[in-house]
Amino acid sequence: MDDIICESRAVGETVAIIETSNLTYTYPGGKEPSLKDVSLTIEKGEFVILTGPSGCGKTTLCRCFNGLIPHFYSGKLEGDIKVAGHNVSEHSIYELAKNVGLVFQNPENQLFALSVEKDVAFGLENLGLPRGDMRKRVDWALQMTSIQDLRERAPHELSGGQQQRVAIACVLAMQPEVMVLDEPTSFLDPLGAQKIFEVIDDLNKKLGLTVILVEHRLDLASRYANHVIVMDEGKVVLDGKPLNVFTSERARLIGVGIPKATRLYQVLQETGVHLSGVPVNSREASLLLQEVLARDRG
Amino acid sequence: MSVFEGFRFRKVFSRVHELDPRVKFFYVCAVFVIAVMFNQLLPLILLFFIQLPFVLVAGVEREWIRSMKGASFLAIMIFLFNFVFTYFYTEYPTFPPSSSLLEYSLAMTLRFLVLVESFSIFFLTTSPDRLGLALEQSHVPYEFCFAFTTAVRFVPVLAEEAQTIMDAQKARGLELERGNFIKRIKNYIPILIPLIVSAIRRSLELAEAMESRAWGATDKRTNLYVLKIKRGDYILAMISICMLILAVYIWIFLRDQIPPLIPLITT
Amino acid sequence: MIAVRDVYFTYPSNVEALKGVSLTFRSGDFVAIMGQNGAGKTTLVKHFNGLLKPTKGAVIVDGIDTREESIAKLSRKVGFVFQNPDNQLFCETVEDEVAFALRNFGFEKKAIQKRVEWAINLLGLTRYRQSSPFMLSGGERKRVALASVLAWDPDVVILDEPTIGQDYEQKEKLRQFIVQLNAQGKTVIIVTHDVEFVAECNPRVVLMAQGKIVGEGVGKQILTNRKLVAEASIVPPQISQIFMGLTGFGLPTDVIDVYEARDILLDFLERSS
Repeated sequence: MDDIICESRAVGETVAIIETSNLTYTYPGGKEPSLKDVSLTIEKGEFVILTGPSGCGKTTLCRCFNGLIPHFYSGKLEGDIKVAGHNVSEHSIYELAKNVGLVFQNPENQLFALSVEKDVAFGLENLGLPRGDMRKRVDWALQMTSIQDLRERAPHELSGGQQQRVAIACVLAMQPEVMVLDEPTSFLDPLGAQKIFEVIDDLNKKLGLTVILVEHRLDLASRYANHVIVMDEGKVVLDGKPLNVFTSERARLIGVGIPKATRLYQVLQETGVHLSGVPVNSREASLLLQEVLARDRG
Repeated sequence: MSVFEGFRFRKVFSRVHELDPRVKFFYVCAVFVIAVMFNQLLPLILLFFIQLPFVLVAGVEREWIRSMKGASFLAIMIFLFNFVFTYFYTEYPTFPPSSSLLEYSLAMTLRFLVLVESFSIFFLTTSPDRLGLALEQSHVPYEFCFAFTTAVRFVPVLAEEAQTIMDAQKARGLELERGNFIKRIKNYIPILIPLIVSAIRRSLELAEAMESRAWGATDKRTNLYVLKIKRGDYILAMISICMLILAVYIWIFLRDQIPPLIPLITT
Repeated sequence: MIAVRDVYFTYPSNVEALKGVSLTFRSGDFVAIMGQNGAGKTTLVKHFNGLLKPTKGAVIVDGIDTREESIAKLSRKVGFVFQNPDNQLFCETVEDEVAFALRNFGFEKKAIQKRVEWAINLLGLTRYRQSSPFMLSGGERKRVALASVLAWDPDVVILDEPTIGQDYEQKEKLRQFIVQLNAQGKTVIIVTHDVEFVAECNPRVVLMAQGKIVGEGVGKQILTNRKLVAEASIVPPQISQIFMGLTGFGLPTDVIDVYEARDILLDFLERSS
């Protein structure tokens, strides 16, 4: 798995799985829209990072992806949003649940059953799947997230990181095409966060699952993404490849915590030292620096 | 609190744990009916001892003893209450009180203990998720079953949260042990409000997660697990029915012939 | 100021969370206690205001053994800002919330008014003074919690995981605030697993793993020590990771700051040309 900078999109894979056009949303009783004129396209199989300062609308946008907005939250939704071919306003949440899964920030409040297995099956039970199919899917989901040994455990006995993996398995069992994760590692330590990112990346690469990850910790997460969207005050302000977004002046002005590796690249550039590429993680930075240092050593 | 300890399910496995909760509940109801039928000490003592094998087979002796200990305070209250009031109502001013009065009060106490015993066995050997499943299969609307199992699932979470809230407020100088009665109650407001607010927030997050996993997609909800009535369940059902029939027979035909126990022991 | 003497602590559930911890904090120290979730960090700091009492060993705060003093009295000296502000907010207004502890500690009305005003201004909450704390955003609620602790001006301020859920800007503001607090003479102890945040503050670092202290010292030395980092199962700061990949060039390895890194690299390039 190469994490060299100039990644190329797989040829022919340009099918849009999420398309929004002038999406504007105001919460009931809200004075101002929380989403203002959001237009973006996410293609099938992408690993997207959605970031921006607190209150910028990332969470609101996530809720639009799976139908919680407008069906659970009411309020005023204008503009269009299509997810996996479905117009979100016209399909109920449970219909969309087959195509889009949403993993929330707090691991504790997504698990309601008394055993991991039963929790993973919850969505399938709701859909009325026959027992045999459910059993297969549950086993598969547990395997894909490497938590087979936790099958019979109660959620309260698990660590935060384990709970989040269960939450991912719960969503995965429904076999959606898109998985949205809203700051899933907020309550986890860096090692726990890394494990979650590895699991998500695995699903993205092995299953072609489109991933939309809302994250602040770009130091840990940016190595996996091939598409970054930055929001601020309800609007999309940056949308493109990671290295373009991270090196833009706008990102710094908004206060996005770009990866330290990229920051180092920037400060070196300011003093006239140029690297042959833009690093977004420490390995890339080391390689690029080695080039420069070795070259100068003669 | 220890009386509740005796009701909390522990993850042990035994034949009794494997029995279908619906059949176990039928058994508990049978015991209840029999206990209420008789005022006499002898049948109630028998009823008490008949249940002990279940405790042993299930391997829950320790917890069961704890629940009985917890119930003992109430039992003593019931005994005294019955004894004193019935004495003043019927036999006063003759002294000493008759042995039949003593026997009656003991019987009332034992009735209470028999009920605690059977319910305790039920809850000790039935896991909450099995109980939820039994409710579901008994055609209780799914919303209630879900509310039940979710509530049980969050009990330890809420307990921990309550502790954290208490710590946070103590760290701001709140002293829960000080002050008169009214002040002490007021001191719990800084604990209750965050707990309630947190519960409301939690419910909202839970609702979001439920909706996102297709809650309400179909009325014909399926289940990963299914409870099947097996041989052990038939045996328990048979035992319960036999006990009931025997009890009814004795009550109808032999009720007046049940000997009082105290004279039997003292002669 | 705070002395931890060979402390052992076992929870009622029989989990041994601290296994012989010894530490000293002097007045004016700035310390970050780091380690994985479950290493015992929060358990340790809960001993400093008496919330927990050691099963073995002793914790001495300003000459007083914590086992012989009430939590309220100890809290007067040692302020503890909990991770989740929602665990403490219960008043109708921000003002009342900030005044709560002051009332508990028996401050006079006038003093309470002054201090509440000061704390609210300090944390930029003036316009929310009469608002309900429940109506504020997550970041604002955190500031209310912080204000309510600073209001009584404790000598020691403990912050338990202050960076959780915060974006970059908020963390920057927090960092500056903490540094300022320390500069004013307060002993500041932060419990955190956020390595990048600590790398920017550069405090003294105490590294914990499985109930024990595995390392203690200057931030940049501890966080760049491969052995310790592995033992504590933490992720080293990105700059440090970058330099770990530059072995063979004779560069110093204890670098955690971006600007210092730049200077070192420039230096090297100038010397070799």
